[in-house]
Amino acid sequence: MTVTEQRPGGEVGRDRRRKEDARLITGRTAWTDNLSLPGMLHLAIVRSPMAHARITGIDVTAARGAPGVVDVFTGRDVADLQGSMPCVWPVTEDTVLPAYPPLALDEVRHAGEPVAVVAARDRASALDALELIEVDYEPLPVVLDMEEALADGAPLVHDAAGTNRCYTWILDSAQAGTGADVARMEAEAEVVVSRRFIQQRLVPAFMEPRSTVVDPTGDQITMWSSTQVPHILRVLLSLGTGVPEHKIRVIAPDVGGGFGGKLEVTPEEFIAFAAARRLNKPVKFTESRSEAMLSAHHGRDQIQDITVTARRDGTVTGMSARLLANMGAYLGIITPGIPILGAFMFGGIYKFPAYRFECTGVFTNTTKTDAYRGAGRPEATFALERIMDELAVELGLDPLELRRRNWIERDEFPFTTAAGLTYDSGDYAKATDRATELFGYDALRQEQAARRAAGDTVQLGIGVSTYTEMCGLAPSRVLGQLRYAAGGWESASVRMLPTGKVEVVTGTSPHGQGHETAWSQIVADQLGVAFEDVEVLHGDTRASHKGLDTYGSRSLAVGGIALVNACRRVVEKAMPVAAHLLEADPADLEFTDGAFRVKGAPGAATKTLADCAFAVFQSHDLPDGVESTLDADATYDPENFSYPHGTHLCAVEVDTETGMVKIRSYVAVDDVGRVINPLIVDGQVHGGVAQGIAQALFEEARYDEDGNLMTGTFVEYTIPSAADLPDLVTDRTETPAPGHPLGAKGVGEAGTIASTPAVVNAVVDALRPLGVADVRMPCTPERVWSTIQAARAANGGELR
Amino acid sequence: MTRISMTVDGVRYDDDVEPRTLLVQHLRDRLGKVGTVVGCDTSNCGACTVLLSGRSVKACSILAVQADGADVTTIEGLAGDGGELHPVQAAFHEQHGLQCGFCTPGMIMAAVDLLTENSEPTDAEIREGLEGNLCRCTGYQNIVRAVRAAAESMRTSVPSTPESAEAAEAGSRQGVTT
Ligand code: FES
Ligand code: FES
Repeated sequence: MTVTEQRPGGEVGRDRRRKEDARLITGRTAWTDNLSLPGMLHLAIVRSPMAHARITGIDVTAARGAPGVVDVFTGRDVADLQGSMPCVWPVTEDTVLPAYPPLALDEVRHAGEPVAVVAARDRASALDALELIEVDYEPLPVVLDMEEALADGAPLVHDAAGTNRCYTWILDSAQAGTGADVARMEAEAEVVVSRRFIQQRLVPAFMEPRSTVVDPTGDQITMWSSTQVPHILRVLLSLGTGVPEHKIRVIAPDVGGGFGGKLEVTPEEFIAFAAARRLNKPVKFTESRSEAMLSAHHGRDQIQDITVTARRDGTVTGMSARLLANMGAYLGIITPGIPILGAFMFGGIYKFPAYRFECTGVFTNTTKTDAYRGAGRPEATFALERIMDELAVELGLDPLELRRRNWIERDEFPFTTAAGLTYDSGDYAKATDRATELFGYDALRQEQAARRAAGDTVQLGIGVSTYTEMCGLAPSRVLGQLRYAAGGWESASVRMLPTGKVEVVTGTSPHGQGHETAWSQIVADQLGVAFEDVEVLHGDTRASHKGLDTYGSRSLAVGGIALVNACRRVVEKAMPVAAHLLEADPADLEFTDGAFRVKGAPGAATKTLADCAFAVFQSHDLPDGVESTLDADATYDPENFSYPHGTHLCAVEVDTETGMVKIRSYVAVDDVGRVINPLIVDGQVHGGVAQGIAQALFEEARYDEDGNLMTGTFVEYTIPSAADLPDLVTDRTETPAPGHPLGAKGVGEAGTIASTPAVVNAVVDALRPLGVADVRMPCTPERVWSTIQAARAANGGELR
Repeated sequence: MTRISMTVDGVRYDDDVEPRTLLVQHLRDRLGKVGTVVGCDTSNCGACTVLLSGRSVKACSILAVQADGADVTTIEGLAGDGGELHPVQAAFHEQHGLQCGFCTPGMIMAAVDLLTENSEPTDAEIREGLEGNLCRCTGYQNIVRAVRAAAESMRTSVPSTPESAEAAEAGSRQGVTT
């Protein structure tokens, strides 16, 4: 039998408008907070106003008697029921895994930690009753700064641990046998450049606040939750509380964004689960934005000490990264692993013969950190691309030229890096050439020279960033070697309905990415059915019992292959049925354009999959041994990550008198392999770039010295509006992913990874003549202005 | 409790509300108009935007009692009676102006209002005009494109069939009156 993979002029590669939109643009959406069940109670949570304190007493008497209040409980009241919050990624054997009760028992370790819960007949009554709960706190010393936390005699976040060090994780290419010795390179180097970069703390700030509804009244306890990970949530709820897994059903209905922020299993989910079981009534908890800012995990927050070595001719010889990574007060499901996802990427697209990475995770009295779009890889790419610019300055080379001299050439793939990864494919020169052309690189450099010469108050800066990322999280074996507790496979099921329509079940769990559309396109091509005839089901463990959900740009790169494999199995199963209907030998049949026909007989009769589905439904006359189903499942576990790449260029105008930064133009050329839906891919790049620009220019979560979050609402935590962002120019090159039947790589995080260093490099480039060699993020007007003042003072007030 | 009466998406509701109840709470919790959503508690995000007597307002920034007697249009009532999309809805779909869709109800209502004010906005005017509505997914690129496309189609649309004439009328009745 022959199966042609894609119909000519088929669905894959088309700008299909999204199926999801119909409900989203008309307000018919199933957000968790929309749900209302008979007898449902509303929860509100008392949160700690202190960053570190002992709880010496909680008085709930007044709250219990308040109107509408049904129950009030503390951590002590549900100690047996509430379970404990899991961390599934202890990155070393000796990673400190502190106890993490969903509701605090006798100590709070960050501002916003849940302390007591009110259940009431309506939300307003629950919130009113919070005011009546008296909690006595005995303040304990607070530690916020990572270096202070590691110093001798520092206050301990967890006394029982005896240290604030969570772990130290090292990758050394000389020891691993994947490359040369960094220390030797440093000793012998002609040029050494070292810098410290600060990855400020960010808030993922998905637009839909998290919400959870739990209904304990059925045979299964059902939890609806605004989560990226319904399957992981079910497993961890069961393991964390002891309720058997088959007695739990989890549903992720429409989910309003995540960006890693909903790649979490949260105390609030555990608290709602405990409340529902305690009261035997449905309960709902929906956080306010202020609660989300305090308690949903944060991202980034690293101190990066980076050293690069090179020869005078510009050839890089070694890269070393030493990180301190802020864990916050507790460990979320993969908190320790986030920097490790970056550990392999500090070499980027360049041929570093020697590589060393060392990261120490540090506990502080702050909200925990965990995944935020890119998770470790934006941090790595930022440090690398920033220091490449510093090296270029040191060598007197154009930053693009330095990159050209060091990147992996197109004919060198597959390429094994000193970090031990094998990059599958790429064409860095092509993407860069395309980007410089769209950007008008040479003309902008000329304009820059002229403005520098004229001493303009508004200076032009040009920022370059290349990147590659390991995405499609994935290879279970690799994840196992990294001590991650789960695998990285993904699953898909295809159900052929009697009338020829198709239901597809995916283990991925979209929250804005458009899987319903893209998966339909893939299935339409694979099975020769209409795009409209495919229904994609996801995010309900009853429909989709198996899956590892959506994060790390994995859904298409891994789940897409499972889907293609399941489709192929359907076609294989239908083959003997079609042969029977056509009275032909299966060996003589081919499946093209959605129909079975005898090979080499163009005008001959055909049978579609729909014909076969109906014949199987009837099963009146099937060949012997043919099962009465065309349904098929597939689970796929790749052997390698996939490696999209790209080049981003940014031009900024910086007013040297006010510090104001304005992005003048931005060009992103990404290579994400073969594209299923260009419209969706462009959208992912736009959103990713916007978040990366936001880190560069606008956002930072800040604490005061007592550990209070000073950026606790959208007033202080300034995510960009339309007026803050530029129009982006996006384009693509396409280097198919070898080993992927669709050739697709993954695009969810690319924009975020590349854009932050492109923007900051541009800002620094603009100010270089003033003696500025770095600007700490976010490059707000005040910060840029004060950096300029400091440089002027240091240089005697004149242009260098 | 205060007795209020309002028309929401063409249906009249009479209710007793607590004076402190926000319009958005009233819409969601009492009237079941859950198409309008809440994204913040500081009136910054715009997710809750509705039209109050034709002009956009953040439904979390006014009290239900302040909307007594008002004619409210939410995202649920923007399409025509036969389900024909308002040109702004159609353009958001066509231009991929949404991803997760959480900001979308507010964004669309704000855009409808913006186009009422200015039927031929420049990109910069669109960006300024939507400044009060936050989106975390799209980088606003395709939102701007969608609003531009909607403006175009609202300017040039010549009803050609009875059906589309009705749709256009429904659109102007519900969305574009001042
Ligand atoms: S919910 Fe009204 S502005 Fe955010
Ligand atoms: S589409 Fe998700 S916030 Fe705008």
